[in-house]
Amino acid sequence: MAGTALRGRLTWQVAKVLAVAVETASVRTIMLDVPDWPGHQAGQHVDIRLTDEDGYVAERSYSIASAPGEPVALTVERLDDGEVSPYLTDELRAGDELELRGPIGGYFVWEPENGGPLLLLAGGSGIVPLRSILRHRERTGSAVPVRLLYSSRTLDDVIYRAELDKPAAGVEVFHTLTRHQPPGWSGYAGRVDAALLAEVVWPTSMTPLAYVCGPTNFVEAVSQTLVQAGYPPQRVKTERFGGTGGT
Amino acid sequence: MSPVSRGFHRRRQDSAENAGRVPPGQYVTKDFPVLSAGPTPHTPLDGWNFSIGRPGRQKTWSWAEFRDLPSEDVTVDIHCVTKWTKLDTAWQGVSVDTLLDLAGHDAPFAMAHCDGGYTTNVPVEDLTDGKAWVAYAYDGQPLEPEHGGPARLLVPHLYFWKSAKWVRSLELMDTDDPGFWENYGYHIYGDPWREQRYAGD
Repeated sequence: MAGTALRGRLTWQVAKVLAVAVETASVRTIMLDVPDWPGHQAGQHVDIRLTDEDGYVAERSYSIASAPGEPVALTVERLDDGEVSPYLTDELRAGDELELRGPIGGYFVWEPENGGPLLLLAGGSGIVPLRSILRHRERTGSAVPVRLLYSSRTLDDVIYRAELDKPAAGVEVFHTLTRHQPPGWSGYAGRVDAALLAEVVWPTSMTPLAYVCGPTNFVEAVSQTLVQAGYPPQRVKTERFGGTGGT
Repeated sequence: MSPVSRGFHRRRQDSAENAGRVPPGQYVTKDFPVLSAGPTPHTPLDGWNFSIGRPGRQKTWSWAEFRDLPSEDVTVDIHCVTKWTKLDTAWQGVSVDTLLDLAGHDAPFAMAHCDGGYTTNVPVEDLTDGKAWVAYAYDGQPLEPEHGGPARLLVPHLYFWKSAKWVRSLELMDTDDPGFWENYGYHIYGDPWREQRYAGD
């Protein structure tokens, strides 16, 4: 795929927090007013920068949860030993200012002309950029068929649950719960493996396009299994969490 | 001047011996995070080779030949553009100086080409004088595929996306053409100490 044109300088700007929504016990979605937002593609991320009273600065990257054309929203999972995420999930509130720059990244993105069918595979908060893709598909009226397989620890850890319970036409959502399944659970149980994938993936004859996002071990296992199942590597786009987890 | 983030307080303290080793905007991690745009390639060693030179005039080594080249043990700090820095990482590999001495070169720029199609550009002067290696062991063990094995480029003074995983060749060039991430808006050079993350930084 050809790269997008080289951009001009990505400047820091001050966004205002419009609202903070509770997604799960440890996950919040932060809705932002970014005055000079240049627009983004579904799947891109931003850098945010926090500054304390002593001038100490911390920067991190977060995926954009909203679709192109919607106000910028970031969905953040609290990492208890983190420095930035607990601030974003527990302290930040409407009216606060937040420095950011972006959008960043141009590979893990989807536009309607990229076609499909789409296979979206999410582990934990890896759902965030895929949710942007789902919303973008719906807002653009794309009819590309989508299957989403979303792996969470428990039902309470499922982000965007209400939204995913009412998928748009042509979108099939499959859940697997790895740690605990509630009584009467009709979804999948356990980690995503070859057997589970075989039940939900599009056949390779349909030349599907796969997006895999989550912790390193999830992405490694899932993308490897897809390749072994015949998906060409160049049709499997991956995004791994950089800040934690992997060893 | 950045506005103060209401209610934000520093939680991380860099220890005294780390002072001056963490570039701006970075934080120290003990993990070794993995970042790649696609699935991890698994190239069998009997099908692996490494080349360096201009197109059509390349010097190529098989895996066995490459492992017979003199190697170096280096301990370096690495800095990923996604903000993590890992201190004192221990590698074994062949210095690019050694490869260029054997292959000969007269070009100012290089493009690393990798299994999986990844590319990244580096000036040759950033690959020479003991600044870069083609590494095949990490922490005394063969380099794992998810970290770039069988071999990856190691250019620790630049952001780590320049240290291309699964590297198979260094193409010598007259012009500094952008590689994979550079085409997507990442900085053409990528000096962490000048925080050159994105084009224009």
